[in-house]
Amino acid sequence: MIPAPFDYVRPDSLAEACQALAADEEAKVLAGGQSLMPLLRLRLAYPSRLVDIGRLPELKGVHDRGDHVFIGAMATHDEVMRSHVVNADCPLIALATATVADPAIRHRGTFGGSLAHADPAGDLPAVVLALEGVFVTRSEQGEREIPAAEFFVDYLESALRTAEVLVGVKIPKLGPGWGFHYEKFRRTAQAWAIVGVAAAVRRANGSIAEARIGLSNMGPTPVRAHAAEAGLRDAELGDQVRQACEQAAADTSPSSDLHAQADYRRHLARVLTHRAVRAAAGSP
Amino acid sequence: MTIQEIGRPRKRKEDAKLLTGRTQWTDNLARPGLLHVMFLRSPMAHARITRVDVSGARDLPGVVAAFSGQDLAAEQGSLPCAWPVTEDIVIPDHPPMAVSEVRYVGEAVACVIATDRYRAADALEAIDIEYEQLPAVLDMNEALAPDSPKVHESGNQAYSVKINSGDIEAAFRDAPVVVDRTYIQQRLIPSAMEPRAVLADTDGESFTLWSSTQIPHVLRVMLAVVTGIPEHRLRVIAPDVGGGFGSKLQVTAEEVLCLLLTRRLGRPVKWTESRSEGNLTVHHGRDQIQHVRLAADADGRIRGLRVSLLADMGAYLMLLTPGVPTLGGPMFNAIYKMDAYEFACTGVFTTKMPTDAYRGAGRPEATFGIERTIDELAAELGMDPVELRKRNWIRHEEFPYTTVSGLTYDSGNYEAATERAMSLFGYDKLRAEQVDRRDRGDPVQLGIGVSTYTEMCGLAPSRWLGEANFGAGGWEHASVRMLPTGKVEVITGSSPHGQGHVTSWSQIAADALGVPFDDITVLHGDTAVAHKGMDTYGSRSLVIGGMAVLKACDKVKEKARKLAAHALECSPDDLEFEAGAFKVRGTDSQKTIQELAFAAFTAHDLPEGMEPRLDSDVTFDPENYSFPHGTHLCAMEVDTETGMVKIRSYVAVDDIGKVINPLIVEGQLHGGIAQGIAQALYEEAVYDADGNLLTTTMADYLLPSAADLPSFVLDRTESPATSNPLGVKGVGEAGTIASTPAVVNAIVDALRPLGVRDVQMPCSPERVWRALQAARQGTREGAGR
Repeated sequence: MIPAPFDYVRPDSLAEACQALAADEEAKVLAGGQSLMPLLRLRLAYPSRLVDIGRLPELKGVHDRGDHVFIGAMATHDEVMRSHVVNADCPLIALATATVADPAIRHRGTFGGSLAHADPAGDLPAVVLALEGVFVTRSEQGEREIPAAEFFVDYLESALRTAEVLVGVKIPKLGPGWGFHYEKFRRTAQAWAIVGVAAAVRRANGSIAEARIGLSNMGPTPVRAHAAEAGLRDAELGDQVRQACEQAAADTSPSSDLHAQADYRRHLARVLTHRAVRAAAGSP
Repeated sequence: MTIQEIGRPRKRKEDAKLLTGRTQWTDNLARPGLLHVMFLRSPMAHARITRVDVSGARDLPGVVAAFSGQDLAAEQGSLPCAWPVTEDIVIPDHPPMAVSEVRYVGEAVACVIATDRYRAADALEAIDIEYEQLPAVLDMNEALAPDSPKVHESGNQAYSVKINSGDIEAAFRDAPVVVDRTYIQQRLIPSAMEPRAVLADTDGESFTLWSSTQIPHVLRVMLAVVTGIPEHRLRVIAPDVGGGFGSKLQVTAEEVLCLLLTRRLGRPVKWTESRSEGNLTVHHGRDQIQHVRLAADADGRIRGLRVSLLADMGAYLMLLTPGVPTLGGPMFNAIYKMDAYEFACTGVFTTKMPTDAYRGAGRPEATFGIERTIDELAAELGMDPVELRKRNWIRHEEFPYTTVSGLTYDSGNYEAATERAMSLFGYDKLRAEQVDRRDRGDPVQLGIGVSTYTEMCGLAPSRWLGEANFGAGGWEHASVRMLPTGKVEVITGSSPHGQGHVTSWSQIAADALGVPFDDITVLHGDTAVAHKGMDTYGSRSLVIGGMAVLKACDKVKEKARKLAAHALECSPDDLEFEAGAFKVRGTDSQKTIQELAFAAFTAHDLPEGMEPRLDSDVTFDPENYSFPHGTHLCAMEVDTETGMVKIRSYVAVDDIGKVINPLIVEGQLHGGIAQGIAQALYEEAVYDADGNLLTTTMADYLLPSAADLPSFVLDRTESPATSNPLGVKGVGEAGTIASTPAVVNAIVDALRPLGVRDVQMPCSPERVWRALQAARQGTREGAGR
């Protein structure tokens, strides 16, 4: 449980960080360390250099930017879940973040770190996908914006380029009429989700006008439950919603591992989506 | 007027330093010139080692030495097995570091000794080693087939035992009801909070070994035998030890190898395991296939019980490996009367980490087997499971009672504990709610699990252990030293690693000697300080070690009485002992024990022939086991849509005899119940088809935390043990033994109307869901026929 040797740099500015990354192809960004450190300790990763982005002012804090909320990549989970801005304008993020690991990890782990790690079992990727966030990155080549639908490429693989730093994520405000729920299914309190369902639901006239559903751990990347979303458009609470949620596992490719087989994950996705949608719709 | 200490909920003397981090864990210790060792471990379950080249590691900066198993072969000996349960048991050679063949993933194959751990870890990657793969042996049933690949040349069966009592054939012949069940006791990984660590040093002649061990005394003897270091030149110290649960009741490869490396290099060497290394190489627990058959009359009276076990030994027999499953032998019959009983157990070699003692050691497995089956019999008979137990258990007026397996239970009151538990639980109300949920077809069903356990603690009269081929005695040692200033040192041969001996022993000595609780210190865990001992395991500490303390105090008091009589010029019979002083009956004339301690120190005026100092050195050997018992009830909500289970309430009423410190007792029960629930719901060591351990981290080997468990409702009934003057029975394992079947019984009880008859442990949501799916399909198929 001892990492292989590596160099360590801690730049004071975003420009310096981009430079340090560009100078070494084998360098890795160190944010809160809650995902990277275990990989290093198990010698599953051998970076030549760690670029610690913990001191970069551009990456900090949660900001209200009018039509969207900007969450800095280095905002800790604890900071995010307690943020008034997040709780007011994108409460689904606060709900999901409160289920991440335990308080010690939430004080160290960062919003941007867990997204850049692109673990489909993580809670935040599915949430940001459902909320259609936009990832803001910086490299020596300049700034880029990547829509969430294009950010998660494969298992533990994002659209971030080698010498690119995630600066933060823009979360569009959804306005009034929306309800939210994150349904996380796990065996122990600190465990990863076996399946997680992030639901954002807009109600109108006693039925569901539209819904956005992000699924955790139902494939190599977080996925949207498009078929269920389509079925939920203008669906009456009750049988129509139930039937729509039966489509939640369509086009997913969950893995089989120690914690669950794929068919069980698909079953859970259907049951949990129904629960998440009803809860988001404020229906018992 | 002194306050009685025994029975007081004293906060632990140990905790201030534990909570403020001023603790002597082995890994915190340093010696001048300290070197660090790390081990290269086999990635293969079974393979021949065809080549090892450590030279690449030796050349790296900071590396002092590197060795293969071959390099150490001439001096490393074989790790000991101290419990050959049968005459014809096969005990294979067990080199601490593999020389020519590896038999489980994680077995040490080479080591690097370097100036720091980082360099040692880097150098491991420079060792060149080649293997020729051999077939893994993973399934016990397949291992026993004649054409199975062999773990050892001698074959895959380690031993086979059978015990018989009464006419078992007659009990089963024409029995109106026979319940026939097979259960899997999954393999568990003991997860003590402090990982194992070893530090060895030498001055050129003598050796000192610090180890995170439960058994410094046994270890010293065994290490002397294995390494050839003369016993008088070897000192073993267990400093503060952060939990063991049986996993540190072992003579480990790393302890032997650290000593050998220190001997070779003449410098201190330390090893601290990582958690993943520990999951691979701490001895594992449980791992049995249990075939249980119970024959009964139509009214529920038990006629006979037949138990047949396959017990996975893993690749080698370690200290107590073969004996652990046989500890269940006298226990499957539990609290029940029956005509006949048969127990058979076969120990099987596989290419996995060896198994050995884990909290309860044989008794949780036995309790699970019988308590699950009693609930199944109740279901078969359409009878309430508590009512069925009442019809079969030993009634309180029948104690002492000699069971069908030959043990004599000295005391107990199953009626009282059960009645109290049912009342705290609200048994009838919960049964009514269960019926209501069933009637409504509620997606969340309610189940009630019962476990009326007993266990045997306080291993054991030395003579009986000898008859069982156990390699050690069952006695324990204590010394009590009154210091000149009236303070007291208690030395115990029992070796605590979280149990709170310092506090409990202080309470016993305070009452016995009439001195203040705070005037007592307890020394332990160092063979040069506690010069005799049998260490801590099997809930033996209080029942035997605590008794030794009481006996040592009594002996000091007897000497003090003679000295007091001399000083007060009276007969010892004229003295009464009260509040720490000897008083001449009917006068004001007295001597406090502190005054007498000082007088015994100066020795200016001692009776003829009396030696200076008030101290004593005694051993206590018990005359029987002790038999804690209790009734645990679990109410479980089962989400039939997802398979998720949630403990709604858990009530435990335990009868552990007299209680020294109720706070410590509650702590033991909370932790024990949690550990038993963990087996029922969460923990499982999983090997893949090639024999790789998949559960090497806590992300994959699930341990529950406080957030996953309900608040337990605890109470006690008290039937003092009659086999020791303290009346104590031991509580270290009770919770773990009792809770596992209560939890699984509750899950099955919730789902029985839906056709589920069993759920294999750990009862993960997926397993529960699949059991429901299978039952639903079975029902449909049945309806179609």
